[in-house]
Amino acid sequence: MLRMTGITKDFPGVRALNGVDFRLLPGEVHALMGENGAGKSTLIKVLTGVHSADSGEVRLDGAPLTIGSPKQAQAAGISTVYQEVNLCPNLTVAENVFIGREPYRLGRIRWKETRRRAAELLARFQLDIDPAAPLASYSLAVQQLVAIVRAVDISAKVLVLDEPTSSLDRDEVERLFTVMRRLRDDGVAVLFVSHFLDQVFDISDRMTVLRNGRLVGEFETRALSRVELVGHMTGRVLRTLEELHAPREDVREAIASREPVLAARGLGRKGGIAPFDLDVHPGEVVGFAGLLGSGRTEAARLMFGADGADSGTVRVGGSASALRTPGAAIGRGVAFCPEDRKTEGLIEELTVGENIVLALQAARGWLRPLSPARRAELVGKYITALSISPADPDIPARNLSGGNQQKVLLARWLITQPRLLILDEPTRGVDVGAKAEIQKLVVSLAGDGMGVVFISAELEEVLRISHKIEVLRDRAVIAEIANEADVTPERLLEIIANGVAS
Amino acid sequence: MTAITKHRLFWPAAILAVMLLANLIFTPTFFRIELKNGHLYGSLIDILLYGAPLILIALGMTMVIATGGIDLSVGATVAISGALACSIIADQPDQEAVGGVLTAVALALGLSLVLGLWNGLLVARVGIQPIIATLILMVAGRGVAQLITDGQIITINSAPYELIGGDYLFGFPFAVLIAVVVFTGTAVLTRRTALGLLLEAVGGNAEASRLVGIRARRLLVLAYVFSAFCAGIAGLMISSNIRAADGNNAGLWIELDAILAVVIGGTSLMGGRFSLAGTVLGALIIQTLSTTIYTTGVPPQVTLVFKAVVVTAVCLIQSPAFRAKAFRRRRPSAPAPAEAEVPA
Repeated sequence: MLRMTGITKDFPGVRALNGVDFRLLPGEVHALMGENGAGKSTLIKVLTGVHSADSGEVRLDGAPLTIGSPKQAQAAGISTVYQEVNLCPNLTVAENVFIGREPYRLGRIRWKETRRRAAELLARFQLDIDPAAPLASYSLAVQQLVAIVRAVDISAKVLVLDEPTSSLDRDEVERLFTVMRRLRDDGVAVLFVSHFLDQVFDISDRMTVLRNGRLVGEFETRALSRVELVGHMTGRVLRTLEELHAPREDVREAIASREPVLAARGLGRKGGIAPFDLDVHPGEVVGFAGLLGSGRTEAARLMFGADGADSGTVRVGGSASALRTPGAAIGRGVAFCPEDRKTEGLIEELTVGENIVLALQAARGWLRPLSPARRAELVGKYITALSISPADPDIPARNLSGGNQQKVLLARWLITQPRLLILDEPTRGVDVGAKAEIQKLVVSLAGDGMGVVFISAELEEVLRISHKIEVLRDRAVIAEIANEADVTPERLLEIIANGVAS
Repeated sequence: MTAITKHRLFWPAAILAVMLLANLIFTPTFFRIELKNGHLYGSLIDILLYGAPLILIALGMTMVIATGGIDLSVGATVAISGALACSIIADQPDQEAVGGVLTAVALALGLSLVLGLWNGLLVARVGIQPIIATLILMVAGRGVAQLITDGQIITINSAPYELIGGDYLFGFPFAVLIAVVVFTGTAVLTRRTALGLLLEAVGGNAEASRLVGIRARRLLVLAYVFSAFCAGIAGLMISSNIRAADGNNAGLWIELDAILAVVIGGTSLMGGRFSLAGTVLGALIIQTLSTTIYTTGVPPQVTLVFKAVVVTAVCLIQSPAFRAKAFRRRRPSAPAPAEAEVPA
C-alpha cells in the first residue's frame, strides 16, 4: 500500500536517515523498531510531512506522492497520533473529533449533528464515553483513543501511532490494542512505534528495524525472537541486562549499617503523598515500585524540595533541614532527574553543553562562571563517559533523541557530584541499549558510594538493580521490602494489588 | 555563502545595509562624514546620536524579554528620569555647576533603579504577569513625571548636562559613547559571567530552571532593574538633547520601538536565547527608518503608514517560513531554480 524507497534526510551534523526503504501493507500492524536515534522519529516525520526528505521516493497505492506538509499527508490518507495528545482538552469530545471540519448549515455549526455523529463513531470503536463531556475529564488513555478516532475518521488508509502506549497502564493498552486490531481488520495499515518489546510482539504482524539511520531489515514478527530483535536493534548481542542481578544479602547489610545520606521522617504533602519514613544509605539503590499516580513522583519531589512538604522533616547528610527549594537540596548534594524530560528537565533551545553545565553553574551562581576551558573539559568528559551521541556539545539539546536527552540530564547531575541521586523514570521512552547503559551506570554509581532513588514503572528493572524496594499505592508507601532472591515481579504486583498481608 | 546567510545576524545586518544604501540613492551625501570644529557630523552620526537612547532601552528590554517577560514601563521611566534631573538642575542657583548636575544625574538614575525594583518585585515576588505589572508603571509613571515637573515643561540651560545627550567628547557625540560603553558592559556582564546562560535558561524553561536550582526571582528582579537603569540613562539623554523635561511626551511609545528592535534583532518574545548585537542592529534599523522618513521628505501624514509598511516588510523578510514560501512560489516560473533564489 505504502512504499518508501531510498529515503535520506540530513540534519546539521547528523545524517538521520540513509537510503531507507520501507513498506506498509494494507490490513497489517507494522512495528517500526530501533534504538533512540536510529531514525524512527525522522522516518515518521518524513512520512507525515513534518520534515521533507532530502532524497528518496514515497508511493501510495503505486502512485508517487509528494508530502510537503502534514496537511498533504492527511489529504493523501496518512494520519498520525503522536505520543503527546494534540487535542484541545478544554473542548468537548465531539468538538475534538470534528474540529476544523464541523458539519455546517447556513454558516452555522450543527451541534446536534456533530454530537450524533461523534456518538456513532465512538460506538463503532466500542468506546463508552460521553461526546458532550470535556475531553479533559477523561484519562490520557481515553484522550489518545479519541485522537485515534479522529485520525481514522479523517482518512483511513494509513494510521501512524508514535509511542501511543508510553503513558498508559495495562488495561488501557489492551483497550488500545482492541481498537488497533479492529482497524487492521478493516484494511487499515497501522504503523506502530513503541519501546515496549512485549507490546510489539503482542500486536504487530511484521516489523522494520532501523539502526543508525540505516535499514537493518524487515521481519515477520512470528519468525523473530526477542533476543534476535534486540540483536538487530543494537547490532550486538546484549549481555548487559543479564549481567546485573540482585545484590547479595551481606552487601545489603553492610550498606544498611552506614549513616544514611537521606532520612525522611513523616514526610508528606496533602493530595500528594501520605507521610512516609525513608532511609537511603550511601551506596544503596532504593527502588520505588507502584502504578502511575501511586505517589512515586510526589514522594521524590518532596525529597528534593521541588514541592513544599506539609509535614515531616528530611535529614540530608546528617543535618536536619526542611527542604523548601530545590536549591537547598542541591546545596546538600541531592540531585533529581524529573519524570517529564521535556517540560521539567531539558532546556531544549540551549545547547547540549549548556544543559550539562547548568546545575553546576546554578550552584556556583552567575558571578562565578566556569572558565570556557574547564567547561569544555567537563562537558567533553561526560559526553564521552555516557556516550552521548552525536558527541557535539554545541547542537541544541532539542535535536537529540530521547535516550540521549536523558543522558544529558544524567550528565548535568553527575557533574555536581551528588551524594543522593533521585531518578524518576530515567528509562521511560528509552531504547533497550540506552536502558541497559543507564541501569549499569546506576549500579556503578552506587558502587562508588552514591545513594540512588530509582523510580520506574517496570518492575523487572526495579528488581534488577535495587537493594530495597518501597511499594506505593494510592499515594502512600505501603511496604518496604528487602530485595531478596524470592522477590519477583509477580510478588511485587501482588503487594501493589493486595497489600503486604498476602 | 549559506554559512553567511544562516548566521543569525545576517538578515538584520542585510536589512540595515539595504536601508542605508537606499538612502544613498535619495541623498547622495548620505554617507559623508565631516569634521567641523573637531566634531564629527553627518547623517550616519545623526543616526547613531538619535538612536543612542533607543539602543540603550532596547538593550535593557533584551534582558527582560530573554527571561520571557516584557517591560512596557520604560517610556514612563524615561520621562521620570528626565523630569527629576531637570527639575533638580532648574532649582539650583547655578545651573552650570558640575556638582549639581552630577547630583541630579545620580538621583535620577537612583530613582530609575527603584522603579525597576518595583517592576521586578511585582513580577518575581507578587507573581503578576509582566505585561500587566509593567503596564501599571507605564500608565502611572507619566503621572509621576507630571508631579515632579508640576505639569510644566521645565527648560534648563546647563552646559554640563547638555553634554549627555547633545554634545561631543573627543569628536564623538557623548551619547554614542555612553551607548557603546553600556553595550560593552552588558555584553561582558552577560557573556563573561554566567548571567546570560542563566537568563536564557529561565526564559527557555522556567520550571526546568527551578529544578536545577537556579534562583529565578533574583535574576528576574535584576533584569527589570537593569532595564529601568538603561531607560533612566536614555531619559537623561533625551531631556539633555532637547534641554527640557516634558513629562507628557518624553520617551512616548519608545517601549514599542524597543520591543520591535529586540524582535528584529532575533530575540524571541517567548524568552530564551537573546542576541545583544542583534538588538543594536534592530535599534539602528528603526532609527535609520525614522531618519530616512525625515531626510527623504515623506509627507507627515503618511509617515506612520510608511513606517508600518517597512516594519511589516522587515519582519516578513526575517521569517524563515516566509522566505521559504516566497522562494518556493517563484521556483516553478523560473527556468533555473538556483538563479531564482537570488533576491530580487
